[in-house]
Amino acid sequence: MSLLSPSIVQTLTQLSYLVAAALFILGLKRMSSPVTAVSGVRWAGVGMVLATLVTIVFMGASPLNLGLVLAAVAIGGIVAWVSGKRVAMTDMPQMIALYNGMGGGAAAAIAAVELYAGSETNVVHLTMATVGGFIGAVSFSGSLIAFGKLQGLITKSVRFGGQKFVNLAILLACVALGFMLVSGSHAGPSIVSAFFGFALLLGIAMTLPIGGADMPVVISLYNALTGLAVAFEGFVLDNAAMIIAGTVVGSAGTLLTQLMAKAMNRSLSNVLFANFGESSSAGTAGVTGTQKAIEASDAGVMMAYSQKIIIVPGYGLAVAQAQHKVWEMAQLLIDHGVNVRFAIHPVAGRMPGHMNVLLAEAGVPYDLISDLDEINAEFETADVALIIGANDVVNPDARNNKGSPIYGMPILNADKARNVIVIKRGQGTGFSGIDNALFVLDQTRMLYGDAQAAVGQLIQAIKAAG
Amino acid sequence: MIDGVIALYIFMLAAFTGYEVISRVPVILHTPLMSGSNFVHGIVLVGAMVALAAADTTLLRVIGFLGVVLAAGNAVGGYVVTERMLKMFVTAARKKGN
Repeated sequence: MSLLSPSIVQTLTQLSYLVAAALFILGLKRMSSPVTAVSGVRWAGVGMVLATLVTIVFMGASPLNLGLVLAAVAIGGIVAWVSGKRVAMTDMPQMIALYNGMGGGAAAAIAAVELYAGSETNVVHLTMATVGGFIGAVSFSGSLIAFGKLQGLITKSVRFGGQKFVNLAILLACVALGFMLVSGSHAGPSIVSAFFGFALLLGIAMTLPIGGADMPVVISLYNALTGLAVAFEGFVLDNAAMIIAGTVVGSAGTLLTQLMAKAMNRSLSNVLFANFGESSSAGTAGVTGTQKAIEASDAGVMMAYSQKIIIVPGYGLAVAQAQHKVWEMAQLLIDHGVNVRFAIHPVAGRMPGHMNVLLAEAGVPYDLISDLDEINAEFETADVALIIGANDVVNPDARNNKGSPIYGMPILNADKARNVIVIKRGQGTGFSGIDNALFVLDQTRMLYGDAQAAVGQLIQAIKAAG
Repeated sequence: MIDGVIALYIFMLAAFTGYEVISRVPVILHTPLMSGSNFVHGIVLVGAMVALAAADTTLLRVIGFLGVVLAAGNAVGGYVVTERMLKMFVTAARKKGN
């Protein structure tokens, strides 16, 4: 290293960052098509390894600090590697929340190092560090709460009167302390600590009242925020790779958040500032009619002699771990000459695209899977729509009943199929507590039971039907 | 190095890039793509390492150390789960070939 002058080291580092940033963008581009997606994440991975290695070699750390860096990378890397390899596909959303929170925490830590050191005098840099630190800290604590909720560690949504004003007060405290940090004159370690304390508190207070159903949108939002925090800290450290990667994630994440919110028929402000679930039970126009049961053997025969079947999987299928059984049944039907398709609502899993991952895990080829826009016109020509563990996403009230809390939400038109079979655990309402008009239609038959067991019975029945 | 106005240009161009790059993504890839972009902001690792490398008091070293642990977790964990998810997307044709 001593052979290289500081300016050459600087240039080499910057060039490696440039290459890394290009690889990140190309990688994200490739990740947006299923054919090239795996190579996309690997390209981005190469960029990450390159930037990391070059930084370790050229950052000029003292032996002590270098040892600390290597130890920290090893600890964080190994723990994340093991947990990432082990996590079940159904738990993926909260794992993403957790890793995302860690990124936000890291951005906040960079800001904290800068602010506690107190050596930065440039007002622009101080502002960047402060804003980035604030966003990173909010994303950190907020993501941890989101993780806790989806993991089932936090079961209650804490809500109380005047909550918005409390949150506003915390936000104002952050702003005031942030101004003191930027103006420099009053800032001491205690101000820095108070600033980060309030920012962490805000992330917790903002996320606690939000219900589990809205969590995907929130995680996506925190993902975008972490990107933004990383970009801000990139300005402070003069690091182009961080600025570019952080900003790209910030804007891509914002777009993704909007797409998700739209798919769920929720506006972002609604998710953040209104409390879903409190009002939903009121104003429901009751569903009249009775549910008609069917035996698995009859349902199996009906399916074996169908021409076209559309399967609508919902989160109940994932909970019952029935995706492998469903694919086994679908293969059996395909061997019978039945045209089998899977219809996925954007929010069929815990977040848009989650159900596709679960079906892919079971081995379902993605060209048999269609999303809402592609398949909705085809329900009219389907002999059977088989609903497994889905509820609100096939409720025709969203189309027909203005009094329904989900009115206006895009749904799968399963009610247009000639026959509808619904696999459901019991007669009750689903996740949102809304009655489903589909279940009482003339052509609908209910197959009660656990999804895994019920599909197993269907497989036997289809086999018996020859 | 990176001046104020130049920085703003980088910021603006990168923002448009991020928007354009994923604007035509199919719904089936939303979760993996969110995970992938989560991995990309793991580049914060580079900044956390630089901050720890420059730390000269115990307090700064402790915070910097935590920062690097968290950043490494973001980068490595983000990569592992994204790759695991994306590897599972196969077409019927490719499946029969295997």
